[in-house]
Amino acid sequence: MTTIGWLQISLLFLAVLLAIKPLGLYMARVFSGERTFLSPVLAPVEGGFYRVSGVDPNKEQSWLGYTLAMLTFSLAGFLALYAMLRLQAHLPLNPQDYPAVPSDLAFNTAVSFVTNTNWQNYAGETTLSHFSQMAGLTVQNFLSAATGMALAVAFTRALARSKVTTLGNFWVDMVRATLYVLLPLSIMVALVFVAMGLPQTLEASVTAKTLEGANQVISLGPVASQEAIKQLGTNGGGFFNVNAAHPFENPTAWSNYLNILAMLSISAALVYSFGQMVGNRRQGWALISAMAILLIAGVAITYWAEAQGNPILTAVGVDPALGNMEGKEVRFGQAMTALYAAVTTGLSDGGVNGMHGSFTGLGGLVPMFLMQLGEVLPGGVGSGLYGMLVFALLSVFVAGLMVGRTPEFLGKKIEGREMTFAMLAVLILPLVILGFTAVSAMLPFAVASIGTSGPHGLSEILYAYTSTAGNNGSAFGGLTGNTPWYNTTLGIAMLLGRFAYVVPVMAIAGSLAAKVKAPASAGTFPTDGPLFVGLLIGIILILGGLQFFPALALGPVVEHLAMLAGQTF
Amino acid sequence: MLNHLRPAFTLVVVLTVLTGLVYPLTINGIAQAVMPAKANGSLIERDGAVVGSMLIGQNFMADRYFWPRPSATGPGPYNAAASSGSNLGTTSAKLRDRVAADVARLKVTGMTSPMPADAVTTSGSGLDPHISPAFAEAQVPRIALARGLEPAVVASLVKQQIEGPAFVIIGEARVNVLKLNLALDALNM
Repeated sequence: MTTIGWLQISLLFLAVLLAIKPLGLYMARVFSGERTFLSPVLAPVEGGFYRVSGVDPNKEQSWLGYTLAMLTFSLAGFLALYAMLRLQAHLPLNPQDYPAVPSDLAFNTAVSFVTNTNWQNYAGETTLSHFSQMAGLTVQNFLSAATGMALAVAFTRALARSKVTTLGNFWVDMVRATLYVLLPLSIMVALVFVAMGLPQTLEASVTAKTLEGANQVISLGPVASQEAIKQLGTNGGGFFNVNAAHPFENPTAWSNYLNILAMLSISAALVYSFGQMVGNRRQGWALISAMAILLIAGVAITYWAEAQGNPILTAVGVDPALGNMEGKEVRFGQAMTALYAAVTTGLSDGGVNGMHGSFTGLGGLVPMFLMQLGEVLPGGVGSGLYGMLVFALLSVFVAGLMVGRTPEFLGKKIEGREMTFAMLAVLILPLVILGFTAVSAMLPFAVASIGTSGPHGLSEILYAYTSTAGNNGSAFGGLTGNTPWYNTTLGIAMLLGRFAYVVPVMAIAGSLAAKVKAPASAGTFPTDGPLFVGLLIGIILILGGLQFFPALALGPVVEHLAMLAGQTF
Repeated sequence: MLNHLRPAFTLVVVLTVLTGLVYPLTINGIAQAVMPAKANGSLIERDGAVVGSMLIGQNFMADRYFWPRPSATGPGPYNAAASSGSNLGTTSAKLRDRVAADVARLKVTGMTSPMPADAVTTSGSGLDPHISPAFAEAQVPRIALARGLEPAVVASLVKQQIEGPAFVIIGEARVNVLKLNLALDALNM
């Protein structure tokens, strides 16, 4: 670890901090239906979209109507993407003449992008045509992110309003998220990315004659346009197999900064928008503080663990000064790789700029643990906010139990019905992650997929289901995931992690919206102060983390101890 | 749910046109018009022929060139059409044996242990264009011998090619292997 490394990390967080307020205020305007400086250009497009699709933008939906609209839209997106991948050979812009994507891989990939997971069982540059990348993956990068934002906004309205039955209109929120937030930011970021060296061409590849006279085929494509929305939408699905470790996705320290800034800003700013929309900005900052404390702790532990190097390699004659370099790029080093790893998993981005599977036991435990906390630090665009609000409700409930008062959050009474749905939601993760991991660890053909035996093998399986259930998408890449078993079960994990989580959450929103918003009294537990922030962090760690501890002890913890003892497998 | 079908399918179609075709093709048009060199992969030409990309590592095996890091791409190293890391865990016996073999191989060429970590580890992409200044400097005696140059000449060339962190703090110190080898060739073919 170096001072310069810490400075790099601090500067990035400072940049995000500066972006939170302006972006948060802008998004609050967008989702309140107000005019913005982009309205002269975008309002006619928006109106046109509503006309062709038969949407009345002034008609609001109940929680159930909103949820059903979201589910139907996700289904339509899934069918379109699945069809596109299966028919790839007959579609245009396929310069390498790639054949149809096999059905299990197409299912996995379509689910992966519709749920904002972007788990990569496909290897971009050797499987997918430019058309599939652009009209398929890039589109779902926009739409799954806009869907997450819409859901978060609906939940926000439930807390902002008093005694209502409606939460807004899904179609309007989703279209406005795409048009006013994601698209303009993507255009900006994509052009800066090209200036930083990311390719943007419809050519498939170029062949170079190397200095030693060999032919080197270099894959190209419309990388910058996809990379921009991949980060802004916290999707994480790469154009290339190795994602943002590839020099064409992430050529310099500057592009690495922009990558992280792009993925972190919207999620963090949306929490500010929440504070603005419920009329309590301090509440927004309180949630942001809790997120930041846990996230920075994650960065610090990963950075420390990776900077120590691998003692097993030190023993065979490697200098530990550069840290654990297997799977990492020289231009990023330990600080920028640790920062990326913690942010991508505290969020639900899932892009990587180094191979998490080659991290030390402890360094790899952190990304896994951050995902198991529910990806609320600050989480995927939208999904992080509603996930965090569920934890906030649980926190006031626990606080209420301790002092024997009816728990309240922002003037809404929290009662048995909300708690039942909240528990249903938070129990999805352990059920899916631990359930599928346990089954896979006992099936010989599933175990055959692991890349490194010993405790790391268990970590590979555990990481895969953690990442998919959490809709993250990063991987311990040693696991050969492109098999029918993993394509199918990881696909199911992604579906449950997204939809089985969000339906109870929306039911909570419906129930909260109907309640009276009571003014705070002397007996109200303030939810925007340091006491609440501390309580919230405790609840996240206990509820989110503790249930995974036995599994983590068998995987990454044992691996770390084995590494320190010099044992190999 | 049925009343949602029309907006769902129509919006998927119109948003696909907007975000999947109009958006990337617009970026493509602007990028190709304004920044064609970067948009086409930052290629380096020598005597009119493309010799590689400034951003993508390539393999060097001859003693007269600086070597890059080991690469985990298949079937051969530095396959820029199929990026890949090794994904081996820290406790992998395969990783330890591979690194030990590379340490032994480099020792034969005159390098001494402890080796710079990047000299014997594979990168995340398998296409890392850079090596650390330490690894570059450790290769100077071999190159000087193979090319019949003074070690001090080669060492000063390495020094010129070291790219430091931007504004002292952003990024890591590194050397682009292809650029270094091109400079070496320009000095002495």
